[in-house]
Amino acid sequence: MKFSILVSEGPYTHEAADTAYNFTKAALEKGHEIFRIFFYHDGVNNGTRLTTPPQDDRNIVNRWSALAQEHDIDLVLCVAAAQRRGIADADEARRNGKDADNIAPGFRISGLGQLIDAGIESDRLITFGD
Amino acid sequence: MLHTVNKSPLDRNALESCIKHVVQGSAVLLIEDGVYGAMQGTQKSPMVESAMKEVSFYVIGPDLKARGIDESRVIDGIDIIDYNGFVDLVEEYDKTQSWL
Amino acid sequence: MSKRFLYVNRKAPYGTIYALESLEVVLIGAAFEQDVSLAFLDDGVFQLTRGQQTDELGVKNFSPTYKALGDYDVNKIYVERESLEARGLTLDDLLPLTYEDEDDDWAEKDSIKLVSAAELAEIMEAQDVVLSF
Repeated sequence: MKFSILVSEGPYTHEAADTAYNFTKAALEKGHEIFRIFFYHDGVNNGTRLTTPPQDDRNIVNRWSALAQEHDIDLVLCVAAAQRRGIADADEARRNGKDADNIAPGFRISGLGQLIDAGIESDRLITFGD
Repeated sequence: MLHTVNKSPLDRNALESCIKHVVQGSAVLLIEDGVYGAMQGTQKSPMVESAMKEVSFYVIGPDLKARGIDESRVIDGIDIIDYNGFVDLVEEYDKTQSWL
Repeated sequence: MSKRFLYVNRKAPYGTIYALESLEVVLIGAAFEQDVSLAFLDDGVFQLTRGQQTDELGVKNFSPTYKALGDYDVNKIYVERESLEARGLTLDDLLPLTYEDEDDDWAEKDSIKLVSAAELAEIMEAQDVVLSF
């Protein structure tokens, strides 16, 4: 079955990103397809490569990046939410006159239409948030 | 429909509101802080026990364990599942709604 | 074939960003020509109240945007009666949301439909995709 996932909260403060990750991993192991994971609200903070948790803690961002690489998953950060919260890729940084970008590997920035599209194209859309 | 609830019913009204809006044959899955709603003997247990006459209740085992809630404290009839079971529920029900 | 999308709003505005960013999804989603409905229940009904003035907070008052929903063909706006009553509100406290019905000589009609919790439960059950913010 084709699943898409909406993550509405940032990492560490809320459990949402952990639950979404555990759900995604289980779905993949069962042979389901993850069509897209869309990050909205503070969820876009899941996609900054500057995240540096203590060594004995999980690295939530790297975990997403690794999953994307292994399973070719489409990780999308909402552009409007990302701009508000200071998450940028090279294009966004240039367009907005910023001196750096910080998007993590495997993520891309795109519009909210990608969330609606995920709802249309997937058999199930499940939300993890606060 | 599969409903997920991630708030403690002793703190927020998500579970209560969810229960008000479920139709017979639906399922409610308690995740994250929502697992406190699966405990026996709380002020909110009667609300859950009453709702269980119409809908099936599930709770995420790893979330119970993390919070030190022994399975013996879970209301009889609530199914304790893992993330594989979560995926199966999402597949089984035609859509999901998250009560955030 | 279009899908039935329901946006569920249960949170008050301004204290958190969910109401505003939910509205942004609805506006973008309107371009996809799906069957769109909005539900306002619990503290979500506060999103639609009249008289919001945010200038002293220094944040944008986005409540006028709800009035534009009709122009986006978003005209099924369900407000839960029990949630309104629990908060001492009536329909008169809410923004007048209307749309022009193209099947009825563009007559202006109310977009807000007052429904009971039980009716809302059935509406939720009848959807293909439910997005909660």
